[in-house]
This record gives sequence, C-alpha cells and structure tokens, in this order.
Amino acid sequence: MKSLKTLVIAAALSLGAAGAAHAQQALVAAPADAPVAATAANPPSAEAPVAAPATTDAAVPAGDATYVPLKPEAGVGQPIDRGVDFQPQVSPVGEQAYWFNHVILLPVITVISLFVLGLLLWVVFRYRAKANPVPSKTTHNTFIEIIWTAIPVLILAVIAVPSIRLLAQQYEPPSKDALTIKVTGYQWYWGYAYPDQGIGEYVSKMLPKDAAEAAGEPYQLAVDNRMVVPVGRQVKLIITGADVIHSFAVPAFWTKMDAVPGRANETTFTANKVGVYYGQCSELCGVDHGFMPIAVEVLPVDKWEAWVRSKGGNPAGPVVAAAAPTPAAATTEAAPAAAPAAAPVATN
Amino acid sequence: MTDIAATAPAHGHTDHAHDDHDTPGFFVRWFMSTNHKDIGTLYLIFAIVAGIVGGVISGMMRLELAEPGIQYLTGWAQFFDGAAGDVQGKHFWNVMITAHGLIMVFFMVMPAMIGGFGNWFVPLMIGAPDMAFPRMNNVSFWLTFVAFVMLVGSMFVPGGSGLGAGTGWTVYAPLSTSGSAGPAVDMAIFSLHLAGAASILGAINFITTIFNMRAPGMTLHKMPLFVWSVLVTAFLLLLALPVLAAAITMLLTDRNFGTTFYDAAGGGDPVLYQHLFWFFGHPEVYIMILPGFGIVSQIISTFSRKPVFGYLGMAYAMVAIGVVGFIVWAHHMFTVGMSVNLKMYFTAATMVIAVPTGIKIFSWIATMWGGSMSFKTPMVWSLGFIFMFTVGGVTGVVLANGGVDTNLHDTYYVVAHFHYVLSLGAVFSLFAGFYYWFPKMSGRMYNEFLGQLHFWIFFIGVNVLFFPQHFLGQQGMPRRYPDYPEAYAFWHLISSYGYVIMAVGVLIFFVNILWSLVAGKKAADNPWGEGATTLEWTLSSPPPFHQFNELPRIA
Repeated sequence: MKSLKTLVIAAALSLGAAGAAHAQQALVAAPADAPVAATAANPPSAEAPVAAPATTDAAVPAGDATYVPLKPEAGVGQPIDRGVDFQPQVSPVGEQAYWFNHVILLPVITVISLFVLGLLLWVVFRYRAKANPVPSKTTHNTFIEIIWTAIPVLILAVIAVPSIRLLAQQYEPPSKDALTIKVTGYQWYWGYAYPDQGIGEYVSKMLPKDAAEAAGEPYQLAVDNRMVVPVGRQVKLIITGADVIHSFAVPAFWTKMDAVPGRANETTFTANKVGVYYGQCSELCGVDHGFMPIAVEVLPVDKWEAWVRSKGGNPAGPVVAAAAPTPAAATTEAAPAAAPAAAPVATN
Repeated sequence: MTDIAATAPAHGHTDHAHDDHDTPGFFVRWFMSTNHKDIGTLYLIFAIVAGIVGGVISGMMRLELAEPGIQYLTGWAQFFDGAAGDVQGKHFWNVMITAHGLIMVFFMVMPAMIGGFGNWFVPLMIGAPDMAFPRMNNVSFWLTFVAFVMLVGSMFVPGGSGLGAGTGWTVYAPLSTSGSAGPAVDMAIFSLHLAGAASILGAINFITTIFNMRAPGMTLHKMPLFVWSVLVTAFLLLLALPVLAAAITMLLTDRNFGTTFYDAAGGGDPVLYQHLFWFFGHPEVYIMILPGFGIVSQIISTFSRKPVFGYLGMAYAMVAIGVVGFIVWAHHMFTVGMSVNLKMYFTAATMVIAVPTGIKIFSWIATMWGGSMSFKTPMVWSLGFIFMFTVGGVTGVVLANGGVDTNLHDTYYVVAHFHYVLSLGAVFSLFAGFYYWFPKMSGRMYNEFLGQLHFWIFFIGVNVLFFPQHFLGQQGMPRRYPDYPEAYAFWHLISSYGYVIMAVGVLIFFVNILWSLVAGKKAADNPWGEGATTLEWTLSSPPPFHQFNELPRIA
C-alpha cells in the first residue's frame, strides 16, 4: 500500500512539473484580470444563496477546458452499504489515528468488555445458590483492591502516550507552502475562498436528488461546487461561521472543526490520494443541518492548477513569480508576500 | 454498612393502625403532600408518564429514520400546524431531538432516580421519619411538573422555522439566540429554569436530611450505598445547576434584552455558552448514573446474600467520580477550536474517571464472588447493567482521546456511547430498582415470569437498537439528521427494528405493573430474605404512612 501511495505522489509531482511550464504561460495573462474576474464571478457572501450557484456555474466553462470534475470512487471518501469500520484514511494524521484506534484502543476495550463478561458468567455459574449455598463473609481484601486500581491506571497510561502524540501531530503548525482555504459555514451551505490564489468566495450547495444521480454521485453528499485541492500538499483551513455554529468534517481525512461565528479556527490536512471525499455538517445548525454536505476533490497538481485558472485564479499566488521552477517552490517564495496582498480578497 | 435488620425495632406493625387514621383525604394527600413516600410515588408516576412521551418521540424518530428520505415529518408537523410544509417538517425533526433529550434527562431519569427512589428510600434507609423539609419537597415536585408542562407547551408556539424549540437539548448559542425567533425557545429555557430550581431544592433537602436525620448509630460509614449515591448526586446538583441557570439566563437576556454574552459582534463568544453548559452538563451525566450505582449495589448485595465488597472503596469511588466529573467538561467540545494543551489536559483528565468506575465494576463482581446468588428480576437487571455499562464505559474511553474524537465527535458513535450508559445503564438500574422495591412500595409482588421476559426482550431490543449505531458513527453518520445517504440505510433499519423489540419489552413491563397492582401476591415485609439488610425491609409492605416514630438504633 505504502509503495503504491508513493508512486501516486511521484506521478502527481512529475505531472505537476510538466504542468509548470504551462502554468507560466498562463501566469502572464492571468494576474492582471484575475482578481477582478474573481470578485465579479463570486458574489459576496451576504448575497442571496439562490443567485450564487448560477453565477459560479457560468464562470466555470469560461476558464479552462482541462478541468473536468472527478467522478467519486465507490468505497473511497464516502460511506459504504453495511459498512462498520472507519472510512479508508488518506491523510497521514488519519492513518496515525486509525492505527491508534485499531491497534491499541479497539483491542483494549474489546478485551476489557470480554473480561468483565467472562467474570460475570463465571460468578453466575460458580456462585449460584445451588452451587454455593453458604455465602462467604469476605468484605474486603486490600491487595486485590490495590490491583484493580493500579492496573487500569497502567492501561490508561499506555493509551495516553500515543493519544497525546496523535494530538501533537494534529496540531503541528502548517508548513509555509500550505495551501490556505477560507471556509465559511452558512445556513445552509458552505463558502470556500482561496485568498492566495485570488479566488474569491464561491458557494457550495447540496445537489438535488436527480442532479446527484445524473452526475453519478451519492445524493446528500454531492455538491455543485467542490472544494478542490492538490494531492500531497498540505491544506490549511481557516474556518468560521457566518450565522450559527456549523462544523466542517471530512471523515476520510480525520478532519473536523467547528465553524464558530466570531472565531477563525484553523486546522490542516494533507490528502495523499486523488479522489473525491465527502463530509457532512457536524453541528446542529437549524432546519437544513442535514443538507449541507462537504465535497473535497483531490486532484493531481496540474489538474488542480487548471481548476484554479478556470476559477479565474492564479495557482502560484497573486504575486507574479516569473521564474518559478516548480509550483511548490513558487508558492514557498510567494507565500509571505502573497498573504498581505491577498488579504483584501479574503475579506468578503 | 452493617447488619441493621437484627437490631432495628419491629414497630412498623404496631404503629400501623395508629397511623392510618390521620391519613389525609385524596386531594390533600396527593396535591398538597408533605409525605416523602407519597411524593416519591408522585415522582415515579410522573417519570413513567414523561418516559412514555419521550419514548414515543424516539419511536417516531426511529420510524422516520428506518429508511432514507423524509416520509412522515411534514405530516406530523401538520398535526401542530395545518399549514406546515417541508421546512416545518424538518424543523419538527429538530423539535423532536430537543424534546426527547430534555424529557429523558430532566423529566424521566432524574425524577425517577432522585425524586422517586431517593424520596422513597433515603429516609427509610437512614431511619428517618421523613425528609428534612417536607413542604419544600412538595414544591420540588410541582415545579418539576410545571416545567414539564412548559416544555410540552413550547411545542405549540413558534420557534423560528416552525413550531417548537429546535435547538437540541444543549441549546447552543447562537442557534438558540439569533437563530430561533419566537417564544418556543424562551419557554424551553424557562422550563429548564424551573426544573433546575426544583432539583436544587431537592438537593438541599437530601443533603440536610442525610446529614441531620440519620438514626442513632447510623454513621456516615454505615449508610447504605444508595444513600451515599444520593448524597454525592445532591452535591453535584447543588454545584452544577446554578451554572446552568446562569448560562441559560444569559441566553434569555441575549434573546430578549440585547445583551451579547454569546454574540461575537458585541464582544461575547458563543463558545462561552458551551463551556458553561458543559460545566453543568458533564456532572449532569453522573447525576443520572450515580443513584443507579447505588441501586445496583443494594441489589447485588441482597441477591448474593453477602455484604458489599470494599464498602469504603465503593463510597469514595462515587465521591471521586463526582469530584473528577467537574474538571473534564471540555471533552464535549473537542472540535470547537481549543488549544492543543487544553485538549491534552481534558483527554488525560477524562481517562482518569475510568479508574473509580473500574473500582465499582470490579467491586460488584467481587461482591458476587463467593456469594450465594439467586436470579430474581432485580438481579438480572443489575447483571445486565454491569455489562452494558462496561460497554458504554469503554467506548467513553475511546471518545476521551481528543485525537480520535476528531472523527467521532457528533456522529452516531457518540449517540451509541451515551445510550449505552443511559438507555442501557441508567434505565437498567431504574428497572432493577423498580422491581426490587415494587413489593415494598405497593405491598404486592410483581410477576416474576413477566419481569424476566421484560428483561430479556428489552435487553435484546436495546442492543439491536444501539450497537449498530457504533458502525454508523465510524462510517461517518452525523447526529441530529432527519435523513441520510443510501449507504447508511442498512444499519438504520436494523436500529429501528431494535426499537420495536424494545417497545414490546416496555409493554410487558406495563402489563406486569397493572397485573401486579390488581392481582399480585401480597408481599412480605422482607420478600428477599437474609440478604436484604437495609432498614426499609424491617417495615411493613407498604410501610405505614409515618414510620420510625420511635427511632431505630443501629449497632
């Protein structure tokens, strides 16, 4: 599995390098009109949600023909019929957490439950009135009481070490070349913006049943405009809520963060596999709480860049990095300068 | 704990005739009651009625969730509002999840455990004639009653997108402030205020009674564990509920008087509400389970014919659970955007609770070890409680890990976890206590066969109902959804079948009560034999209207 994944990443990176040349050509034309186009194509968040999807849809074909929305793969990034386990994890944190649950937590809790069940069945059998007509008078035994206090403490200590390590891993500060996406929860849809790429906020709403089926996507998970990210690159989400609290969740990335009005919550994920990954709002937010899903499309770098351009954005960031050898390096250099420049775009 | 039975004066029968003639008339007895046993009975009847309402609501939810798509909600919403459409239907879903949670917590489990069994048996077990403040006791009950009426009433007034409060039982701001116009949420908040005030008064009453009215010789370390559990619970109520009252009062002022405690636009913070709510909310879950621990301890000891193993450890484990229960609240808010240090602390502190809980589980088993066990209905419910509570407890250890909770937070895994500790934990202990004390309270024996049948059907039902919800949660199914993608359909359907099985079990319970009240065998003073050593078994069944006019002496 591991080697397969590295292959995928390597393939994606080489594609990305090839795409870089293409990217530079586009860069020349893009910067001048990109911010303008972005603001025009994407209405500010306060505007009526009804109008939003139509406008964004109109903007997509005008951009780049090489972006074609990916089809989801059965059993990846979405629940499966009669499924019992976690969704397959495609991020390093998710793999770590899955390992922690399956190698440590699940065996420990199973053994404890079966141990208690076994003890219960044994006393029921051995000390039933028929088998043991005269009860003993024992009421305490200091040694055994110390044992059954100390052993659980040890078990918990064993659990605590990887648990704390997992938390530390989840909270590692994002790297400098992380892709920043601003996520805003609304009643009842999501808004995504890519401030460094100059993509103003666009709205992501659930597809109606017939449209989802026509697109070959699961109803109640499919959306009209997905969040699109490049494979293998860390993504930094800045999450807030516009009206009430929502929660941005993608089970396949082991990601969940509340969208709280008045707060900018930050979380990161790195998706190491191309595909479409679904999630759903995970904090009660009113009538359509159940109908504001999340879809994240993970693309090879060149495809992602094509998507960015189709949105009128600049994959390398708003500052023209003329001689960027690869897209990743370009962002590294551009990021510090880009952040303040992009700020006006980010604020809706 | 000690062998009390041998030394207590057997005066119950002699007082009986004397007491009966000052039993008040029907209205005064039941509507202006100052008698702890009558108030206990009122609480139990109230809890059963509220439990039926809350249970019917959960049945409606399971019916709607049995298959994908929204089938019934709009029709149900039209029952309250003829003009209701799809939006009102989906709002009605949120009203149901809110009502189910609030009713089961505040109007079923708490009144049954503390108001019902606490009122009935704390004075009897400590050898007191009544509660310390009998009139306040009555006030507590009727405040709870009015609170329930208020909550049910809130379903008939506007609450934003439709009739009723659709905020969830947690009433998170800003959904409960700017997100829900109309008087329904105000009514629900007032209902919580009243229920909270009732519980605080009750807590004061129990603490005073237990500290001041124990019979001569009944030291704290000789008190039955059920009394210990109610004492710890009363302290939790006393310390936690004022925080809830403050939190929801600020909700009210944010809603109606333009304050901004929970509104970032005015310098407040929605997360403040969550901190305050869960500072109350986490002790609240121990409020719901500790008296159950006490009940199970009494029953295990009785039917093993053996004193409780490690009595002091058992008592102080409950105290420890109560204390630690106050410093773990933010594990309910792991995804709210906390610093990593806070998350590490709350992860570690939460796991600590597993230690005293483990002490209790193992001490119950050690109580049975070497005993001479008989498997009457209360005992099988208690055995079921121990195992099911263990299962609910270990999934709690999984959720305690902040890193793992990232995925499971607000999914059906959490729903499964807290229903295992409540619907299979607290409710099992309630049924155990009900069968255990039914002969004492009513003077008649329940039907043993129906009791056993009730247990097995209910046991199978709730497991079929809730175990698959772990799978749904691991697959990513979020809570509080009226509809779901096709992939979740299978386990949802199984879960709904489980509800039907469970409901059959509950029907058998009601048949058993009615049959036993009418035709049950007369109960002896102590139907459980030598294992039942607490003071209530020294009295007649049912006990005289006033007991212990002459205080028993405990050796």
